[in-house]
Amino acid sequence: MGKFNKNAKKGTPEINTGSMSDIIFMLLFFFMVITTMRESTLFVRINPPTATEVQKLEKKSLVSFIYIGPPMDAQKFGTEPRIQLNDQISGVRDIAQFIEVERQSRDEVDRPLMTTSIKADKSVKMGILTDVKQELRKMNALKINYSTAKGKEREN
Amino acid sequence: MAKKSPTINGGSMSDISFLLLTFFLLTSSINTDLGIARKLPPPLPPDAPKPEIHDRNVFKVAVNFRDELQVQGARVDIADLRDMAKEFLANPANDPKKSEKKIEDIEGLGSVPVSKGVVSLRNDRGTSYEMYVKVQNELTAAFHELRNELSQERFGIKFDDLKKDAQIEAIQKAIPLTISEAEPTSAAINTGK
Repeated sequence: MGKFNKNAKKGTPEINTGSMSDIIFMLLFFFMVITTMRESTLFVRINPPTATEVQKLEKKSLVSFIYIGPPMDAQKFGTEPRIQLNDQISGVRDIAQFIEVERQSRDEVDRPLMTTSIKADKSVKMGILTDVKQELRKMNALKINYSTAKGKEREN
Repeated sequence: MAKKSPTINGGSMSDISFLLLTFFLLTSSINTDLGIARKLPPPLPPDAPKPEIHDRNVFKVAVNFRDELQVQGARVDIADLRDMAKEFLANPANDPKKSEKKIEDIEGLGSVPVSKGVVSLRNDRGTSYEMYVKVQNELTAAFHELRNELSQERFGIKFDDLKKDAQIEAIQKAIPLTISEAEPTSAAINTGK
């Protein structure tokens, strides 16, 4: 009993704020871990071609990606270039449904602004790309973007 | 009695970590994707009439399955494509083999000659995507350079540096991006922004 009285006489003790930083740091790490970009894991190898006349892809939330490239798992999917939509290898036939689902998940106001970004490997042949483009036209998803890396400006 | 060690004030520590947090929040811009923007032509009804374009207004570019480039019937190197396209569209010497021009009234520019030229791009199913992008890039660059030149001439600054929407629109109207891609069956005009 005597012990408690002794302490109480010293007035209000300082609140230890040292742990505050720990809490904030925990928040920092939490957000760092949580904010993984909503980017699907790639099943196809993509080494984009380079170009100089590039534009930034704006409004990321309105962009749907179509990946085309040789599959990483050659034993399962072969070596021919394949199309990846979301998290799975798909065929040209699945594009219509994919676009439809993407469209449904956006606001009606934003739908005309939706862009389809085609991320294809350098080595992919145009045949498969033409098929994809035709499919997109059928679905009226006309805004497209050929994803490229920024290359060097040509020497003039 | 031993002197009591003073407590270090750790309150500012949280401020520091807050600063760090906000710094990373602001600077960590997600690496933006870059690419060549295009607009596909809307699907055509099967009985749609073919757009009639005079032969001299068509700049024919073809790429075969060996990634060889053919322009206006002759094999050329990719390095020459940009200048050839510019020459064709601008047609400064009024060459009767190159594109026609039509004087049009454009708000903010007055009467300017607008080229009727259309670039027709045809590729094989076996053309590599790399080559396709290269060709698209060169063609876009040709239009881009023409726009820059016109903007420089009229407004004194490059097209990229134009701030007013009206000016940008005027230039876009004066030099429309007319790249048409041959469909597997028929051709259709593909106009970008």
